[in-house]
Amino acid sequence: MLNTEFIAKLQQVVGAENVSTNQADLICYSYDATQKQFLPDVVVHPSSVEEISAIMKLANETGIPVFPRGAGSGFTGGSLPVGGGIVLVTTRLDKILEIDEENLVATVEPGLVTEDFQKAVEKVGLFYPPDPASLKFSTLGGNVAECAGGPRCVKYGVTKDYILGLEIVTPTGDIIKTGGPTMKGVVGYDLTKLICGSEGTLAIITKIIVKLLPKPEAKKTMLVMFDSIDGAAQAVSDIIRNKIIPTTLEFMDGRTVDCVRQATDLEVPDTANAVLIIEVDGDKEFLDKQASRIAEITKPLGVVETRIAETPEESEALWQIRRSVSASLRKVNPDKFNEDICVPRSKVPEMIRKIDKIADKYQIPIVNFGHAGDGNIHVNVMIDSKVEGEQEKADQAIEEVFKGALELGGTMSGEHGVGIMKAPYIPLELKDVAVDYMKTIKKALDPKNILNPGKIFPSDV
Amino acid sequence: MAKLKQLEDYREEIDQCVKCGCCRAHCPAFGAVKHEGRVARGKIALADALLKGDVEMEERFLLDMSQCLLCGSCYSQCPNKVPTEEIVAATRLKIAEKKGLSTFGKGVATVLKHQGLMDFGAKAGGKLSSLLFKKLPEDSGMQLRFPAPFVTKDRTLPPITAKPFRDRHPEFIEGEKDKPTVLFFTGCGINYMYPESGDAMIRALKFLGINIIIPKDQNCCGLPAVSAGAAETVETLAEKNQKVFAKHNYDYIVTACASCNSGLKNVYPGMGDEFADYPEKVKDIFVFLVEQGFADKLDELPKAAQRIKVTYHDPCHLRNHGVTKEPRAILKALPQVEYVEMENAGSCCGLGGTYSVYHYDTAKQIGAKKANFINESGAELVATDCPGCIMQLQDSINHAGGKQKILHILDLVADALPD
Repeated sequence: MLNTEFIAKLQQVVGAENVSTNQADLICYSYDATQKQFLPDVVVHPSSVEEISAIMKLANETGIPVFPRGAGSGFTGGSLPVGGGIVLVTTRLDKILEIDEENLVATVEPGLVTEDFQKAVEKVGLFYPPDPASLKFSTLGGNVAECAGGPRCVKYGVTKDYILGLEIVTPTGDIIKTGGPTMKGVVGYDLTKLICGSEGTLAIITKIIVKLLPKPEAKKTMLVMFDSIDGAAQAVSDIIRNKIIPTTLEFMDGRTVDCVRQATDLEVPDTANAVLIIEVDGDKEFLDKQASRIAEITKPLGVVETRIAETPEESEALWQIRRSVSASLRKVNPDKFNEDICVPRSKVPEMIRKIDKIADKYQIPIVNFGHAGDGNIHVNVMIDSKVEGEQEKADQAIEEVFKGALELGGTMSGEHGVGIMKAPYIPLELKDVAVDYMKTIKKALDPKNILNPGKIFPSDV
Repeated sequence: MAKLKQLEDYREEIDQCVKCGCCRAHCPAFGAVKHEGRVARGKIALADALLKGDVEMEERFLLDMSQCLLCGSCYSQCPNKVPTEEIVAATRLKIAEKKGLSTFGKGVATVLKHQGLMDFGAKAGGKLSSLLFKKLPEDSGMQLRFPAPFVTKDRTLPPITAKPFRDRHPEFIEGEKDKPTVLFFTGCGINYMYPESGDAMIRALKFLGINIIIPKDQNCCGLPAVSAGAAETVETLAEKNQKVFAKHNYDYIVTACASCNSGLKNVYPGMGDEFADYPEKVKDIFVFLVEQGFADKLDELPKAAQRIKVTYHDPCHLRNHGVTKEPRAILKALPQVEYVEMENAGSCCGLGGTYSVYHYDTAKQIGAKKANFINESGAELVATDCPGCIMQLQDSINHAGGKQKILHILDLVADALPD
């Protein structure tokens, strides 16, 4: 419980109506998509960089931790107030400050919802590609802090590839700028890239300078069903070897296809054991050609059926199969542990076979789908945690999945980050000296360890 | 005995919320003020805390629970289909149980239930009007100010009809022998505010040769009482209605009000086995008309040379239950209509039952957004399928200074039918 003097100081900074300590508010800012709960002591809603700087200075004086929070939709607990303290919500900072059509650059505030930004730039014929599944509600600040990915990454790259510069508040309350609106810039360390994906542990992001692209004229969606995961994986390699980089290359494995078949009345033939949803974008005239070329390339690979959408409605119907996965999975088991390993894309079939073996070993369903084009597999371990022993089995299975991904030259997390959920597994992927290198940076920038403590590193700094 | 589901009965549904945050993209109340307590995920966390004894019914909790339009926008987009609107309604029952009904809630309960116990019917119209619609100048049309208790000053409302719908028609209208018989559940909106829409529906049904029963002693569906947390009122009204319906032989119960439809089809079945066949028996009028081939019949009529641009607003209580195609099919088939789709046709109008009484400012903000979408569509008329939406949308357009008229699809149907 924080003393009233400290609360009064916070109130002076952001106004009494933007500071809350009552139980209902504390509950509402205690969780994220991990479903873990940690009650904060106070929730603040600042509206400017100056207010955030003042809050950080106050926190430093008193040693009270601060937990930055956007939409609270992360999968690894990055915004959870572990151990209590101040939850600092960025949603009042939600403006687009500038869309510069001459330089293809935009400047935005961190609380802006990703899709709102995308719609705004698309209105003037521009394009911001990163598309995490949460884009309708997650914030750009959160996307930068976690370096969010999404289906379009196979062609366009991830969030950090679009961030030219930032304005940040340091853990000690200073306001600094990193990078800037130019395409080039090599003066000093690249702090922009350091902050991207630092999970709110090194700075609070208050402004984001974003690179934009011209909006592709059109897109075309196709769905190809294969009789085996190997056929689907081979298709991914063959398409890319033929110099076609689709916008998205989403796959669903046999177990996922089974779930969809059982849970929905969508038409999926019994012989389909893997599905690829492929989208290409660009000039209209090339799209038909590309789609038929892809159909040609995939044909000898055990294709059960190919569907090519001719209208936006048909495209929507194809995506419906992918979108129905989440709800379908719940019919398998109530609790889902959603991991997001990433392996070199040629290793996807090998990884799926490893996961199938792990599922058989522990006798728990594991369904896989995700972004085949960049090797980012969403591994869903489905259990009923109320059944005794299931949780332990899931934990062991997940550890084996991580080890399997690392053996193939991959990583534990492609886009969700570490947070608190993957922190215990960090030693699997990073050597002690690498972890020490990171901790040294953290200690130097945040000597009192008050900015989002308890995240990323297995033991606290 | 009809009995509403209690918060404890929603334990499993509460546990199904995985806190993904998807509801943040779809909640109209959250869209107005981005506070987590307003959004479905927050309310579920609070309901959960209440059940576990981790939160008191203090001011903030009560405010958060009142900040819900029960529109179900969150439910319709929720990956796990968690029925937040039902969970909030059940929480409000709990609040009313412990704290008593609010003054307005008491008003709603008294009017609806008291009249219900005393043969709520045509005669009650006057009493309902006198409580809710006092001092209403009859000649001032839609643009009037509204000084009655509980109603915010600058809300514009339609006039109350001098002759309620159910006084205008006999209780039974015979159609063709081989055609189905429908029982028309009029609801209060059609009966007291928009009886002409009801008249239009009778014409459409007669045109198809349908047999019609309009029970004079039917009651309010009780949905406003659900919103206010007045459990006993809802239960009493449901029982009364069930007894009224049981006196007649019919194939379907039809409604021309999305809220009534939802009350009968979705709320009643949770109250007992006697309502088990309601989901199947109760039909929205346009679902029924399309099934009867009415859209094809309209299509056969010669198209008008000059057609009016019309768009459609999806009432939440139909959209949530998958009724989106049928109203559009009828509109598109009308000879005088050039149909245009507006952006976000399915976003809530902002009325939310008693919501707009407590939170008229937020309701106005939500309505202003909707007025914008209407403007951008270029439509001259907005047709919908719910008297509540019509009232709220017209109020929003009036405040935005727009020229568009809001009406029931049935009003347009009446214009198209041969005399």
